Amino acid sequence: MRVLAAMSGGVDSAVAAALAVEAGHDVVGVHMALSRNRDQFRTGSRGCCSIEDAGDARRAADVLGIPYYVWDLSERFEETVVADFLSEYEAGRTPNPCVRCNEHIKFEALLDKATALGFDAVATGHYARVVTRAASAGPDGADGTATRELHRSPNTEKDQSYVLAVMGPDRLARAMFPLGGFASKAEVRAEAERRGLSVSAKPDSYDICFVADGDTRGFLRDRLGSRPGEVRDVEGNVVGEHDGAYAYTVGQRKGLGLGRPAADGRARYVVDVQTSTNTVVVGPAELLSVDRIAGEDAVWFERPGPEPAGSGAWHDAELQIRAHGAPVPVQVRATAGTPARDGSVSGDGVPGLELRLVGTPLRGVAAGQSAVVYRGTQVLGQATVTDAWRG
Amino acid sequence: MSARTSGVREFVDWVIVTTPSPAPDAGAEVPEGAYLDHAATTPMSPAALAAFVAEAGRPGNASSLHSAGRSARRTVEESRESVAAALGARPSEVIFTAGGTEADNLAIKGIFWGRRRTDARRTRVLVSAVEHHAVLDPAFWLAGHAGAEITLLPVDGDGRLDLAALRAELAAHADEVALVSVMWANNEVGTVQPVRDVVRLAHQHGIPVHTDAVQAVGQVEVDFAASGVDAMTVTGHKVGGPVGVGALLARRDLPIEAVLHGGGQERGVRSGTLDMPAIRAFAVALAEAVASHPQRAAQLAALRDALVAGVRRVAPEAVLRGPDPSRFVDGVPARLPANAHFTFPGAEGDSLLYLLDSAGVQASTGSACQAGVPQPSHVLLAMGVPEADARGALRFSLGTTSQAADVDRLVAALPQVVDRARAAGLVSGRALTGGVG
Repeated sequence: MRVLAAMSGGVDSAVAAALAVEAGHDVVGVHMALSRNRDQFRTGSRGCCSIEDAGDARRAADVLGIPYYVWDLSERFEETVVADFLSEYEAGRTPNPCVRCNEHIKFEALLDKATALGFDAVATGHYARVVTRAASAGPDGADGTATRELHRSPNTEKDQSYVLAVMGPDRLARAMFPLGGFASKAEVRAEAERRGLSVSAKPDSYDICFVADGDTRGFLRDRLGSRPGEVRDVEGNVVGEHDGAYAYTVGQRKGLGLGRPAADGRARYVVDVQTSTNTVVVGPAELLSVDRIAGEDAVWFERPGPEPAGSGAWHDAELQIRAHGAPVPVQVRATAGTPARDGSVSGDGVPGLELRLVGTPLRGVAAGQSAVVYRGTQVLGQATVTDAWRG
Repeated sequence: MSARTSGVREFVDWVIVTTPSPAPDAGAEVPEGAYLDHAATTPMSPAALAAFVAEAGRPGNASSLHSAGRSARRTVEESRESVAAALGARPSEVIFTAGGTEADNLAIKGIFWGRRRTDARRTRVLVSAVEHHAVLDPAFWLAGHAGAEITLLPVDGDGRLDLAALRAELAAHADEVALVSVMWANNEVGTVQPVRDVVRLAHQHGIPVHTDAVQAVGQVEVDFAASGVDAMTVTGHKVGGPVGVGALLARRDLPIEAVLHGGGQERGVRSGTLDMPAIRAFAVALAEAVASHPQRAAQLAALRDALVAGVRRVAPEAVLRGPDPSRFVDGVPARLPANAHFTFPGAEGDSLLYLLDSAGVQASTGSACQAGVPQPSHVLLAMGVPEADARGALRFSLGTTSQAADVDRLVAALPQVVDRARAAGLVSGRALTGGVG
């Protein structure tokens, strides 16, 4: 196969490219330039976006003996990932830019361009497994079409199936995750070292790549401007001030800057971000507990049950609500639109999903987060949270 | 791919036999196929390479006073005489540098500082809008650090300087202009500039003229004295010499300040130990290129014309940018004979470059890139090409090793390459207008 290896300059994507080469594929390395003004050197824990990182990717490609190019996707990145990040925060929601990057950049802009240029697949250094399952033979004995399932990585600490779920089955058909079988990062580093890849000891990256120093609030203030407003408690009393409600996220406890402690002396959390009135509402932890979640823009690799979406049946599954959160048992049903608290369904035919917690309620579920539904290690689907409540 | 892989393996085996540690270039690709990027750099000529290897084994710093030093100095001075003779200059006008970029920096900064030393009002630098970054960036650096005012002189749709604009600028600010810099020929679209007219206009006001002749030497006749310019940049690796050596030719009466300070070599204007082997090889290559210029230019032009005709035949929507190759101005070709440059509507340069590369054809988007990302060409934009069209640019440049088979390979690969690149361009275009999902 002709494979495009996306190479960030980090150790994971370098080893993924190496494995694709060793599997016998015809591999070309591509580094995506995602920022319009790239720094010369890598700083902090951002790991992909400086010119130094592009140079690291180039050296890895040299060592592997594969062609290497840089593709400028900065305009697209700004228009999708960064714009979505800003508008979601501005709307009082909590976006995950890595999910949006996989959705719009890696498995759309990059994948579509690669396909148009004649590539069969895009390989990345993500930790996730693709399991191909042959469909049962048809009545006439002919083989059915094989299906590709997305599964968690055996490396539970690094598992990235959560941020990949958004791509959906059509995109997964053209994706390749050569690190899928690796149980630890140490093994990946050892593989890099064994091949003489100088990035073997490069530190991990975990910050949002376009936010300097991990200062999300500072980034939002630079881009959205200061919008002073009030912090109120659930009774409506003003208990503090803020520079912009957009910078707060439901479930947040730190950085509220409230002078006086609550009357009952208990910790206060952000329980609501009301962008229409530019108000941040704080309250006790129990207000954060939810057991019902609604989601929009559902993407299914495999629907939770055999019946069509909207027929109302609940099915057992597990839910993961943030990138490194633990899965919790839920019941899920696929809906034909976006479900609301009153049981109605809205939306112009864009499917959604509804979840009800089976055990302990969840805390700090914010609109905008990705809800990913698993069954065991398999990703069934995902949706973007629109609402969460105590049912 | 398989042919290259096996070639690499043989090379690696050989390296392992001769050196115990892995060779640094163990995975290096051996270029094969059609190399159509001679304007970026062209291979060293066999004579220049032989001269380089012979001199590189000899001891001697040309500034040393003992016999080895005198011997090195003699080689440098013979080379200087040879370079001067090839370019219509006097030996004392040749300042050796480590290439074209350094010579351009020395010209722009050195002349600016030299002129301002004698007249503090002279802060204006006039440069054409299509100069190489080695001229533009020092000029804008002076604007940011030394109070210079930069005027970008406009060009016409072929990339040729608008002389009326220069005349008007000189008439308005003659007392404030430090220097004028207009390249002899453009590196992207090959436009030969009216340097003699520039000199005539500037000298009416006593203003010195610098020209970057890096791309012109060996392709059109370049005579320093006859042109009347006060300073001229030339480089080794575009004429079959080594990378990392070049010269600024500068009239002896031109006020010029040093950029590199140190041992005081090269009239005190350019310090640093003279790179004798590179200078020697540069001189050899330059002499060859100039001596063989008439035949070489005719061969290059014939091959270039075949390339242009072939591209037009298989990709009729492609637009040739720059002057008509058959045009002459005052007996001089309007376009460098080795240059062809096209924009391909709906395609992006990086897609075209990748697809051609994988088909064994090596070309350039022609414009500057930042760590691998091609930027929309300032040259095309100055010529009035819309930015969307400028993104689909490819430059093909020929050299002495180019053959008809190289052009055939390009023409054979091009139809599928353009189709695919346009398909990819459609995907990108749709993505760009699709907005936030």
